[in-house]
Amino acid sequence: MKKLIYILFINILILSKSHALIEIDITRGNLDPLPIAVSPLHVDIKSEEHNDIKIKNLGEDISKIIEQNFKNTGLFNPLKRDAFVQKPDIAHLKPRFEDWRLIKAQALVTGKLLIKDGKLKVEFRLWDLAAAKEMTALAFTTTPSNWRRVAHIISDKIYERLTGEEGYFDTRIIYVSETGPKNQRIKKLAIMDQDGFNTKYLTLGNELVLTPRFNPTNQMVTYMSYFRNMPRVYLLDIETGTQEVVGNFPGMTFAPRFSPDGKKIIMSFAKDGNSDIYTMDLETRVVERITEHSSIDTSPSFSPDGKFIAFNSDRSGLQQIYVMRSDGSNVKRVTFGKGIYGTPVWSPRGDLIAFTKMHKGRFYIGVMRTDGSGERLLTENYYQEAPSWSPNGRVLVFYRETKAGDRGEGFSAKLWSIDITGYNERKLSTKTDASDPSWSSLLSK
Amino acid sequence: MTLNTNLKNILLVIFTTLFLSACSTAKKAGDIDGDVYTGKETVKFLAAGVPDRVFFATNKSSLTTASRATLRKQATFLRKNKNLNVTIEGHADERGTREYNLALGERRANAARDYLMTYGISGKRISVISYGKEKPVNPKSSPLAWSQNRRSVTVKVN
Repeated sequence: MKKLIYILFINILILSKSHALIEIDITRGNLDPLPIAVSPLHVDIKSEEHNDIKIKNLGEDISKIIEQNFKNTGLFNPLKRDAFVQKPDIAHLKPRFEDWRLIKAQALVTGKLLIKDGKLKVEFRLWDLAAAKEMTALAFTTTPSNWRRVAHIISDKIYERLTGEEGYFDTRIIYVSETGPKNQRIKKLAIMDQDGFNTKYLTLGNELVLTPRFNPTNQMVTYMSYFRNMPRVYLLDIETGTQEVVGNFPGMTFAPRFSPDGKKIIMSFAKDGNSDIYTMDLETRVVERITEHSSIDTSPSFSPDGKFIAFNSDRSGLQQIYVMRSDGSNVKRVTFGKGIYGTPVWSPRGDLIAFTKMHKGRFYIGVMRTDGSGERLLTENYYQEAPSWSPNGRVLVFYRETKAGDRGEGFSAKLWSIDITGYNERKLSTKTDASDPSWSSLLSK
Repeated sequence: MTLNTNLKNILLVIFTTLFLSACSTAKKAGDIDGDVYTGKETVKFLAAGVPDRVFFATNKSSLTTASRATLRKQATFLRKNKNLNVTIEGHADERGTREYNLALGERRANAARDYLMTYGISGKRISVISYGKEKPVNPKSSPLAWSQNRRSVTVKVN
């Protein structure tokens, strides 16, 4: 597990700061995705054999992952490789730009790899075909088993160079895996790479688990478990597998989330029919009560600067979203639209709050400014909720359920993602049914 | 003309009969008053004549007249069985966000607990647990199933 977590060595060879001709505007829905050619990485013949990994295919495999990542963004159109006009090794040295332009490519990715002394050495280049120049080049070394992460890191670097925004490919999603009939669901914590590979189960399914959330600064997770039939918030270190109950509350704690600095957990504590919001400092163990109101206060989420908290409350009668200072003062209702609102989640960029809206038996995932203005509904369905932000604040992942028949048949729960532009709605591939997704920050940051 | 009027009356009677029977079938199949389940399906008994659960309206945790009657029966039963402790499980339907439903289930279970306590049952004998929408008794996605799932259930623990 450790080697997966460690940041790869990245040696920057050249980082061209010159102004490029190709740029992608990701603030609007992109109906004209950028045609990009991802040449298979050239595999150096001097490469040693490496157990289990087919070195010969590695160049091709890595380029396929990059292509898939790009395709999933909806911003790029990876071109078919049978149209490619140059061999990978030659193209990597210096592409014949006019030939690549002929197949309508605007950007080209080339690279090569080598395994030596048990280490995988990879380099890649991104070429601006219109300007006929190199935009970015990077080389790095890692353990061969990390080859999928290599593909994701390359994808991130290219995305960054072309969009001016941080990527989100070298990330993972933690979620609740669901199996079994609808009224006897078995739920386990599961984690996978953002592209659906490397699924691992973190609990056995002996007790009900809900709402896992990543610490934005490391690989710790907070979640809710019914271990020994006591519904409580837990803290889990996914590197070591150690876990502990958060705080010593004489009743149900739920709806946990980390503060942006990762040092506190904010959650609800229910007592005598009333749920209020509390924080616990993970180092000092000091518990603070943030709300004190006879209504239900839950689903708290900090602003990225830590100064504010968005939360869900029914103090006005039905579920609405409120924002307050992080000490609990200055509570303001921000949702006044038709219907009821839940699950506010503050964007990592700070400018938006994502939410679930329920209106006339339909469920919507939407975003709004932090004062509640500018509401935009991104997707409507029979049932969906629990948005979680990609670390760059451009994509939301959430879960969606289908209608069930008499004996629960036809029921499913799946993860979906959508850009905050409202475009590019897409089902994520998971090994089982899935709910309550939470997106990690970049692993190699 | 007379014939015509007669015919009209007959038709009216037929329609009224059809309409009324349609109503009564709907009510029988529905077993929902407003939005609260009033039927017997899914209900179990702590003892003869003592139902184990009460039902709630959407997003509500207030007790209906029928719910209070059920809980008074539970209180009488608990007074007679002094060594018995119970857990009240609070539940919600699937048409709401998970976290809010956990809070709502807790509020419903406590509404039942508070009522039992006003009828002289010690709070020490009653624990509560909320399952939110995690344990539907009826897995169907229909208003009837949802009304059966919005419930608090009193369960014997010893």
